Amino acid sequence: MDIFIQQVINGLTLGAVYAMVALGYTMVYGIIQLINFAHGEVVMIGAMVAFSVIGALAPSGLPPLAIVLVAAGCAIPVCMLVGYAMERLAYRPLRGAPRLAPLITAIGVSIILQHLAMMIWSRNPLAFPQIIKVESYHFAGATITSVQIAILAISLAMMAGLAALVYRTRLGTAMRATAHNPQVAGLMGIDANRIIALTFVIGAALAAVAGVMVASYYGIAHYAMGSQLGLKAFCAAVLGGIGNIPGAMLGGVLLGVVEALGAGYIGDLTGNVFGSNYQDVFAFIVLIAVLVLRPSGLLGERVGDRA
Amino acid sequence: MSLLEIRGLEVRYGGIRAVKGIDLEVGAGEMVCLIGANGAGKSSTLRAISGLVPTAPGAVRFDGGDFAGIPAFRRARAGLVMVPEGRGVFARLSVEENLAMGAYVRADAEVQPDRARVFEIFPRLAERSRQTAGTLSGGEQQMLAIGRALMSRPKLLALDEPSMGLAPIAAQKILQVIRDINRSGVTVLLVEQNARSALALAHRAYVMESGEITLSGEARALLADPRVREAYLGEAAG
Ligand SMILES: Nc1ncnc2c1ncn2[C@@H]1O[C@H](COP(=O)(O)OP(=O)(O)O)[C@@H](O)[C@H]1O
Ligand SMILES: [Mg+2]
Repeated sequence: MDIFIQQVINGLTLGAVYAMVALGYTMVYGIIQLINFAHGEVVMIGAMVAFSVIGALAPSGLPPLAIVLVAAGCAIPVCMLVGYAMERLAYRPLRGAPRLAPLITAIGVSIILQHLAMMIWSRNPLAFPQIIKVESYHFAGATITSVQIAILAISLAMMAGLAALVYRTRLGTAMRATAHNPQVAGLMGIDANRIIALTFVIGAALAAVAGVMVASYYGIAHYAMGSQLGLKAFCAAVLGGIGNIPGAMLGGVLLGVVEALGAGYIGDLTGNVFGSNYQDVFAFIVLIAVLVLRPSGLLGERVGDRA
Repeated sequence: MSLLEIRGLEVRYGGIRAVKGIDLEVGAGEMVCLIGANGAGKSSTLRAISGLVPTAPGAVRFDGGDFAGIPAFRRARAGLVMVPEGRGVFARLSVEENLAMGAYVRADAEVQPDRARVFEIFPRLAERSRQTAGTLSGGEQQMLAIGRALMSRPKLLALDEPSMGLAPIAAQKILQVIRDINRSGVTVLLVEQNARSALALAHRAYVMESGEITLSGEARALLADPRVREAYLGEAAG
């Protein structure tokens, strides 16, 4: 039982990060039907920028919490700029091109960003500075750390904020209208290009925060960290129903929990033939299962429902 | 000077010329209708006017300015609003949200009274304001599409077959409402398959055939024209 509760806590933490990243995939897909394979790289850049800022400020004697806030405060605008730039320079010129063209471009953007990051931050894994002392709290035989609590609280707050923006404001309504029918949105005076750029920028901001959180959680940042994380978050988005915002949140959290429970029990279940290092296969098992059993995802509508 | 001035407008889809150099004018305050058989090029004309297909310099002038190269959203902001064929309501948005999108470009404080006016014109929409638009009947969706367009306070409202797919009574009601909207000061360009009703309500009319304007003039005169009666009103010549 202890291990169950522990793995659920770990899974929720990881799942919150997946959800934040999955939102970027799903929002972009919802509005231009593009799987932005470079989105994982935005997460990585968020982590890397935070790494540099924390490294530079750590000797300054500033309070650790202030340093982390400054780091996030730098990572977020840098990632927003990267998100804006990739839409403007790589995807917008291909609007109206066959769908394969932007998809291949996305893979190209992903490779470019990875290599830029490798040149700036080195090809080695970087130990993410742990400047805040991690507190652990014990209950019901399990442990939750202050980092986990912070990740859960921050993700929850940001996702609530996003939901409020998308479902309660005029701008959010315009985003949903544009996702539904960009041409008619244009006839209403909505500048679809501006809305699309904004979608990339919002997704990038969430990715930046996810990057800082995941790097603090594992204590490591690496120029290639975005590709696997991005792929898993993409699985989460598909699990929830790609294009569906609550779906991405649900899919992320579920995937995190499945992965953590899988890692926790796989040894017992297979007589230790497979160990917890097989954790990463669960996301892809889930992806394949979804694609076979329910291609539209948990909350996605039937294919063809979209005008 | 006309509010909308079309000179030598051509619309091409690849090699096909769907509109072959037509002239058309709509004066401020007028209600003008464009009738013609299926495939004549009526929708293509409206698409060109509203910016959904590209046009040559000078082909579409609105309120004194050339619309060539101006994207659709800027034309809407300039006061030219089109209700497309098939209505184009945002099916997953509520009725209220659809109306809010009509008022998207407006910054003034009179959005609320305007919405109340739309609900007055279409009480059905008020009853269903929180329903998603996809759950409305065809007639209600048409009301919503027109109401949404009104929310932007257009100078010129262009409508593509607003009565299509509606039962005769609902179709008649929609056309009456459009006439009332015109009387309240909005210039209207109406594309209709229901030629008899459209001609009875409009000031002037154009008849389109295979991408060309073949007849034009006072709507009443066209209603009496034997060529129109035969081709579009289902009557024998003479
Ligand atoms: N997107 C398109 N691509 C190619 N041809 C089109 C397209 N839209 C319309 N057409 C053709 O252009 C002609 C005029 O169509 P349209 O403007 O829709 O006429 P109407 O609205 O009068 O029925 C038709 O022959 C139609 O087949
Ligand atoms: Mg048509």
